[in-house]
Formats: sequence, structure tokens, C-alpha cells
Amino acid sequence: MNMGTRWKRLLPLAAVAALATSLVACGPDDKEPEATAAANAATAAATVSPDQALKDARGKLKGEIVADGSSTVFPVTAAAAEEFRKQAKDVKISVGIAGTGGGFKKFCNGEADLQNASRTISTSEVEACKAKGIDFIELPVAFDGLAVVVSSKNTFLSCITVAELKKMWEPEAQGKIMRWNQVNPKWPDQPIKLFGAGADSGTFDYFTDAINGKAKASRGDFQASEDDNILVKGVSDDQYAIGYFGLAYYAENASKLKLVAVDAKGDGKCVTPTVATVKDASYQPLARPIFIYIKKSVAERPEVKAFVEFYLSKEFTPKIQSKEVGYIHLEDAMYATITKRFQSGATGTLFPKGQEVGATLDRYLK
Amino acid sequence: MMSAQTDVEQPQDRFSTSISMRQGLVRAFIVLGVVCLAFALGTLFWLVLDVILRGTNWLDWQFLQSFDSRFPREAGIKAALYGTVWMMFFTIIMALPLGVAAAIYLEEYGREGWLKSFIQINIANLAGVPSIIYGLLGLTIFVRLFGLQRSVLAGSMTMALLILPIIVVATEEAIRAVPSSLRDASLALGASRWQTIWHHVLPEAMPGILTGNILAASRAIGETAPLITIGALTFVPFTPAGPLDRFTVLPIQIFNWTSRPQEAFQNLAAAGIILLLFVLLTMNSIAIVLRQRARRR
Repeated sequence: MNMGTRWKRLLPLAAVAALATSLVACGPDDKEPEATAAANAATAAATVSPDQALKDARGKLKGEIVADGSSTVFPVTAAAAEEFRKQAKDVKISVGIAGTGGGFKKFCNGEADLQNASRTISTSEVEACKAKGIDFIELPVAFDGLAVVVSSKNTFLSCITVAELKKMWEPEAQGKIMRWNQVNPKWPDQPIKLFGAGADSGTFDYFTDAINGKAKASRGDFQASEDDNILVKGVSDDQYAIGYFGLAYYAENASKLKLVAVDAKGDGKCVTPTVATVKDASYQPLARPIFIYIKKSVAERPEVKAFVEFYLSKEFTPKIQSKEVGYIHLEDAMYATITKRFQSGATGTLFPKGQEVGATLDRYLK
Repeated sequence: MMSAQTDVEQPQDRFSTSISMRQGLVRAFIVLGVVCLAFALGTLFWLVLDVILRGTNWLDWQFLQSFDSRFPREAGIKAALYGTVWMMFFTIIMALPLGVAAAIYLEEYGREGWLKSFIQINIANLAGVPSIIYGLLGLTIFVRLFGLQRSVLAGSMTMALLILPIIVVATEEAIRAVPSSLRDASLALGASRWQTIWHHVLPEAMPGILTGNILAASRAIGETAPLITIGALTFVPFTPAGPLDRFTVLPIQIFNWTSRPQEAFQNLAAAGIILLLFVLLTMNSIAIVLRQRARRR
């Protein structure tokens, strides 16, 4: 045997390595086409044209921003990141979906710069942040309504009281409240099929707090999923199913689902969640503000500052209420106040007791 | 002796003596087998067909060249595709030499005994550990303890751990299949142990080693759970520029799209699945081609 043939036998191995190397090598050096595409999209999509100096300043920014947290707030922050990148292409913003609770764990461990939260920070999370010396700036960015939905095939339910929802969802109902007529005798003697948010989501925390009076207190025998599409599918297929999720998901699947109005006090005043009723807080108790939390120590970094200011500016906020994002934006005056709060660097939460049901954002105006 | 045999069960007690009945049983079993096969293949075919019908329209150059977006028409898979290639590159260069070296040691140098069988049993067990456990390990050690954050490197190291046992087991099998006469001949001619391994055992085992490695890598490409655990991100509008950059991979991007409310993203996810299938099938074809070439020599 000579050396030549021996080496040939090992060639395949070298071929794999070479292939992998060449694939990686052609990695980062083709930015041109997408930069032009982004520029085109920016000119087409901009509703308010930002002044040129601001745009130029953003173009010079560099750095990384790591965002994580709620999957509910994800579309808003991802949209803001997408729009911001069109102007500041060297700022690398990534957004994860660890859930509000999972996100706060990372945020208070110093692993993220920006935390998306579909509820306010809890007292124990404040403690965890304090223990690691992490100060945060709390900023509400939009409103979200939770929709109670049934299938479009459902004929008997158009309005439900909070008391009835509680009877259906409270922990004591587990294994007992199994039929519609057990909740309200007027309803049919048919099994209730329950669909709800998974336990890691802020939606679950908020719904249980608003309806059952305690966050995370819920019956466990329902179909739970973090994936709202599964809930949509489950509810829409079954005339005796009922579920809850963010209003955005209802809007996307309005043909398959029926929105149920909610009667907060049991006095016959049924309110259907719409942009108007969520905004003026008449849709209660299932409308809530959603938040971003920014790590104080990074808030002064120019790219972080520019991004957050962009997030709260007129350039971006009208897009929050678009079909693609699906939330309800705040008043312009409110965004101006919140921007000031961010610029002043005021830390801590304005919700010292943790989550509050039916909270309005007036406190930020003071 | 004879009396003992009468106690033993006679062959005719064990199965029916009727030939037609036995043939009928055989036919029934064949029908059952074909039905099972048709069911399994039919389901697979239907799934793949559904994905292809949904996704083909969305699979274009723009899709490959764009980052994620909230507008389905503008969204693309570039970040995930590059992320996957980066991660796999580092996974392979870490896992392949380590795994092959470990297998060579165990098969060629390791002395037979309780220690070796203990190690081998544990490696075989590790190959069966659910992938999410590796994710938790990666989170604690690579992400937090080593401070690698959610980088390509942390992901690759986790994936390397995940496929290492598979590589070791596959390589051991391949080396074991090399006839010992080859080793004996080489040693008898005065070659050292290492010369025997390098010049005779490894080239002979190469087809098997390669197949095992590429199949292990194919597994890593499709894994999502460990990467979600270590916190690979979902919206990443850039490609990694180095091993310490943040990244996303194909299955995570697909998973993320399926959970969006807009219907169009489901089709986009289907396009992503087609791409992932394409990458997987390509890798498997490479495995087959390399194996054939190495065999022909």
C-alpha cells in the first residue's frame, strides 16, 4: 500500500469538513440586496417621515439589544425592531419568547436588556431583580384585550357574566362543573370544552387574576396551550367549546369564532371588546396594558435609547394598531409622557402591589 | 431417554396440522403487514404532500434572502438558514473528532473489563436521554457557568453533547466490523498499534463512521427543544458574524411561524419545512454517496 491510496480513503472526511467550511464562509458578506429592499420598504411604509438628521444619527448607531419575554408582546417589539432596523441597520436587535415569567427570570439575572411583559412585574420578581442589583424602567406600550370566544356554531351564548366565568374556571370547578347547564340553567345540558392559555403565559396570569381573583388560580382540567392557533382551532371546531386569548387572535379568525360580550357586574351591561371599549376601559375586567422593561444600566447606551424612543414615537406607534401587530395603541399624549419618563430614567414600578385588574395608565400622567 | 421424550411437547401440538389454515394465517398476516405499511407511508406521504402544496408558492429567492418580518410576503428564512449552518459547522468540528477518538480508544485500546462495559452501557444510555435534558445541561453549564450567553458556540456545544453518544456508538460498530485478521496481519508485519489503526482499521471503517456521523448531524439539525431551553432567540434579523453571536435555527423559525395568528405564516412555515427537509435529504444523500465511494475505492 502506498501513501496515496491511504489518503484517498480519508478523503470523504475531508470533503465533509470542506463543505461545512465553505457554507459558513459565504455567510456574512451579502448585505447589499436586503439593505436596498429595506430602504425601499421604509420609504413605502413610513407614515410620518422622520427628520433627516434623526435618520442619519440612527444610521450611525452600532450595538446589540437582547429582548426577551412575553409571547403576547413579541409582535409589538419584533415589529418595532423590524422598523428600526430599516434606519439603523447596524443595531442588532433580537427578540425571544420565554413567556413573561420566564423572561423576568432572565431579565433579573442580567441576561436580557429589554423585557416584554404582558403584566406588571410581580413583587417577588422585583425582589429577584433587586438581589442582582438590576434597576429597571417600566414603560407601558399598548393595550391588549382578552377575548372570550366560542365557536361560530354556538347559538346560545352571546354574553357572559364574570361570575359565570369564575364558576367555569375557578380551581373548585375542577372535575365538577362539566356541563353548560351547571353554570347557567338556561344553557344546554352539554359538556363544556374549555380552552385556555398555558401556565407560563402572562395571558394565563392575567385571566386567572381578573376572573378568579388570584393569579395562576385556575382549574387544571382544560386544554391548555401557549400556541393560540391551537386554541383557535379547538374552539372553532366545537359548538360547546369556550376559550380565551388575545383580541388579536380573534381578529385574525373572526369568521370561525364568535366573540362573547362580558358583563362585569352582572347588571346586564354586556360589553363587547373593541378598540374603543378596551381603550376607554369600559371592557372590564379583561383589558390590560402591556409593558416593556428596560435595564437601567443599558438605557443610556445610544442604540438602546434611540430604539426605545423610536418604539414610543409617532413613527412607530400607529403601526401597533395595524392588522399585522394587532394591539391597541395609547393616546399620543400618553406616549409623550412615557417617553419623558424613559428619558428621565425613573426606575421602579408604578404597580408596587404587582398586577392590578382593570388598571388604567393615568398614574403615568402625574 | 425414550420416556423422557414423551414428556416433551410434540411438534404437532404447537401448531395446527391443517395446511390450509396455516396458509390462511400467513395470508392474514401479510395483509395486516401491508395495511400497517400503507398506513404509515400514507400518513407520511399525506403530510409531505400537504406541506409541499402549502409551501411551494412561498419558496423563492426572496424567501431565502430575507429576514423575518411581520408581513408574510417580506419574511424570509435567511437568519435561520445561516444560523443552522453556523451551528452545525461548530457542532461537527467538536463532536466528530471527540466521538471518533473515544470510539477508537474504547474499541482498540481500552482493556476489556467492568470499567469498559460500564462506560459503554452509559454511552448507550446517554444516546437515549431526551434532548431537553441536554438543553438544561447546556443552559446551566455553557450559557450560565461558561458565560457564553445564547451564542452559536453555546448552541453548538449543547448539540455536540447531544450527538456525541450517537457518534461513539456508530463509530464503535463500524470499527468492530473490521475483521481482526486485518489487524493481526498488520501487527504481524511489524506495524505499531497506531499505524494499524490509522492505515488499516480507520480506512476500512470509514463508510460506517461517515454514515453514523452524518445521521447524527441530521438529528442535530432537526432538534428544537434543547435550543429553546438554552434560549435561542426567535426574532433575529441578522446573520451571525462569529461564534459568539446570537442566532436562530430552522426548526425554531418554523415553530415561531406556526404560532402566528395570520394564516399566511402557516404557509411560510410549510416553505421552511420544505427547506429543512431539503437540507436533511441532501445531508443523507451525501452520506450515501460518500459511503459508496469509500466502499468502491
